[in-house]
Amino acid sequence: MLAIQPVPVLEAVEGPALHIPDGFMSGPVAAVGWVITVAVLAVAVRMADRTLSDRAVPLMGVMAAFIFAAQMMNFPVAGGTSGHMLGGALAAILLGPWAAIIVMTAVVGLQAVLFQDGGIAVMGLNILNMGILTALVGWGVYRAVLTFEGMGSAVRLVGAFAAAWISVEVAALATTFQLALSDTSPLDVALPAMVGVHALIGVGEGLITAAALAFVVATRPDLVNQPVVAEG
Amino acid sequence: MSRRNMSLLAGGIAIAIAVALLSPLASGDPDGLERVAEDKAFIEQAEDPGYEILQDYTIPGVDNEAVSTVLAGIVGVLVLGGLTFGAGWLLRRRRAGREGATGSPTDPQRPGARV
Repeated sequence: MLAIQPVPVLEAVEGPALHIPDGFMSGPVAAVGWVITVAVLAVAVRMADRTLSDRAVPLMGVMAAFIFAAQMMNFPVAGGTSGHMLGGALAAILLGPWAAIIVMTAVVGLQAVLFQDGGIAVMGLNILNMGILTALVGWGVYRAVLTFEGMGSAVRLVGAFAAAWISVEVAALATTFQLALSDTSPLDVALPAMVGVHALIGVGEGLITAAALAFVVATRPDLVNQPVVAEG
Repeated sequence: MSRRNMSLLAGGIAIAIAVALLSPLASGDPDGLERVAEDKAFIEQAEDPGYEILQDYTIPGVDNEAVSTVLAGIVGVLVLGGLTFGAGWLLRRRRAGREGATGSPTDPQRPGARV
């Protein structure tokens, strides 16, 4: 007689997205994720409080709504795999890193609480990887590329693409290290797979980010030609 | 709120809803992390959340999958737009209140000023 072992698997894997579910990460790794995320979020609120301009307020609402919707649009990449936008780089380019972190925290938090996309215990890690790291890295890369702005207006779009692509890889790398630290998947197994598939997903992220920036430049150039954050 | 900011908010939310309307066209293939978790055999470690609200971006009781996904998307767009706009507005008002109290004559933003 066969004993049937109940295996806890995700019931509907055809859901449009999969953030880190509970069970992938060890308790200590998830806890450290929460500590870092809460600390950075506190800094972000403080900095946004000091620097937020009037224009940034409606733009924050718009970015959160758009990034949420865009994250639902999984696009196919090679080999029966899909990817979806993260949006942290785009938010940081348009809002600066601090308001972007607030926006991304709202998006990722609501996805876990309301839509059961991403675990509750690992929510700190999901916010850290997909919101905080993407915003900070995306912002840094974009500003660095912008030093070549004298070479023409296309530099901006190249910067947006590079910022978005690198931000996706950094998020994937962070997730991979956390999986290894959690003894879920060793680095030598997960690293090539995660970096490889997210190199393709990053191209999608880069194209969407550059297109969205081009759209904003065309329709509301005032949102990008002056810093959205107030001086001082 | 100024008319220009109002049109930014309305236009942006409209674009987000338009994207949500397209969400049934999204690829149903596993995404990057899910693909790696399947290939490297740790997908079975995933635990069910233990509760459902709008699980997997669907509205319970709406049988048509596409309609259910679109409605869930619109709910998310409106809740997030409102939540984040509200958070930004509160931050802005708090600062305006502080600056009003300390008397910053150069700052055009006063308590109750248009945002």
